[in-house]
Amino acid sequence: MNTLLILPLLIPALAAALGLLLPRRVWPRRALALVATSALTAGAAWLLWEVWHGGVLVLRVGGWEAPVGITLAADLLGALMVLLTGVMGVAGVVYGAGTLEPRLEAGAFHPLLLVMLTGVCGGFLTADLFNLFVWFEVMLVASFVLLTLEAGRARLEACLKYMMLSLLGSALFLTALALLYAVGGSLNMADLARRLPGTSQPALATAAAMLLIVVFGLKAATFPFFFWLPASYHTPPVVVTTLFSALLTKVGVYALFRTFTLLFTGDPGLTHRVLLWMALLSMVTGVLGAVAQYDFRRLLSFHIISQIGYLLVGLALFSRVALAASIAYWVHYVFAKSALFFVTGATERVTGTQDLARMGGLARSHPVLAGLFLVPALSLAGVPPLSGFFAKMALLRAALREEAWWVAGVGAAVGLLTLFSMMKVWREAFWKQPPHEARGSTGPAALLGPCVVLALLMVALGLGARPLYLLADAAAAQLLEPSAYIHAVLGGDT
Amino acid sequence: METGLILVTGVLYAAAIYSLLRRSLVRLALGLVLLGHATNLTLFVANGVSRALPPLLPEDGTPLAGPLSDPLPQAFILTAIVINFGMLALLLGVVHRTEREVGRDDIEALRTEDPSHESPET
Repeated sequence: MNTLLILPLLIPALAAALGLLLPRRVWPRRALALVATSALTAGAAWLLWEVWHGGVLVLRVGGWEAPVGITLAADLLGALMVLLTGVMGVAGVVYGAGTLEPRLEAGAFHPLLLVMLTGVCGGFLTADLFNLFVWFEVMLVASFVLLTLEAGRARLEACLKYMMLSLLGSALFLTALALLYAVGGSLNMADLARRLPGTSQPALATAAAMLLIVVFGLKAATFPFFFWLPASYHTPPVVVTTLFSALLTKVGVYALFRTFTLLFTGDPGLTHRVLLWMALLSMVTGVLGAVAQYDFRRLLSFHIISQIGYLLVGLALFSRVALAASIAYWVHYVFAKSALFFVTGATERVTGTQDLARMGGLARSHPVLAGLFLVPALSLAGVPPLSGFFAKMALLRAALREEAWWVAGVGAAVGLLTLFSMMKVWREAFWKQPPHEARGSTGPAALLGPCVVLALLMVALGLGARPLYLLADAAAAQLLEPSAYIHAVLGGDT
Repeated sequence: METGLILVTGVLYAAAIYSLLRRSLVRLALGLVLLGHATNLTLFVANGVSRALPPLLPEDGTPLAGPLSDPLPQAFILTAIVINFGMLALLLGVVHRTEREVGRDDIEALRTEDPSHESPET
């Protein structure tokens, strides 16, 4: 069943190539993208099933042995992330069908989206740091072009900032790889994990670890490196923002999870403490930025930073309970945040603005939309019985179990502020008297459909949280006990 | 040999940072290119410069004697150069678009009052 691993890369890549060959019409390209993302989801679900039952899956591309050749590997975390990517891909294509200009959909949008999905899945499945770099670039190139499609002046500015920062990050990534290769003599992660503990230059390895924190922190938009995100994420079409927030920053978080559970566990007193501070400061600055915003999408962009802090807390605490809570939070967060971004597309269509001060009265004129906002908003803020409550509670309990009571305190306080900023949106956009009559309808079903599905998923994950937590717990156990992963990647000679 | 390479690396980094700190968009792009090259050279120098044999087996299959050079850093650099080149092409495209849109090769000219905020008047 190891060939399954190539499906998440092959399906979107082939579909992207095929999509460019199709006539420049909306329907054929949209249909192909829908088929491809659905197939990706199905393939990922199958992959997750196989990994759940059979342990870590490994594919040696071209038959080359592990430390030398290109190796793909999927453990539970990787497979789960690929599944999330597939689901968000489907949601994105459906939502795009309802919101995008036909010219974009007939043009390069769908092939670019599929290339981006290829890059994201590649990042989740690769077992080699240099390949991770290459997949990062694949993903970035596609995201650059998605950001600049039909761009006006404001969007070009945003895109230039994003490009510069990303390219700078790539250069730093390569520098870190140079150091790591000099220290460990390999860039295969499993091989490095075996060699690093016995290295004669542990200081150099720590330097590489710090560089990687910077690089992945930049991609994931954590505390000191987040400034590019609110500057660029509010400009492109809503569907592009949503997919960026659901997938691109998460690849950075995933890379942190992978490297700091597998490679740099020798000195957690330093590395994981740095991560903890980054996580806490991201949580606080993100939510404070959000509280101050009156632009709907900017507010949500700041929330991304805060939520990424929550994800990293679990990694920084570095216990099985904490990692499991983080992974569960991850799934909940991708759904909740995407649903909120999808709602901004609908409110913008109804009111013609993203400025909260200019909205109002939507609760009376569009009650369905208000409900669809309320479910993910409350879930994100952690109100029971939605998925966010259990995710947040698990994280706080993990922090308390580690006796990091102040971490739990910060988490709870940030949760309250999140609730406060969501209530501000509710009051401004949905509750108060509108400054002028709302016009227009919410548009076709394709626009609200993904919101409804995501809201139902959140309720389902809240009421039936157990399977997700079992999965997250197993994934966390795999991360903390990497010998199975190392053994699977390197073969019998460990 | 190594000293020379190290000097070149330093000069490249310095030039890259100098260009990155300028206000011109084209120089910004140039700075990123130089930074890419500096990084590639770092990758090369960090992993040992030697005049060892290329790790290729002769056709008759006799095993190689003596120290062999490690081909992997060179493979990494080759890949990085290709990626860098593609990124440069894209970046220059965006810079060109921006310059046509703004009319000036100046980052300050880009600092807009965020027109995305303004909704059409009703």
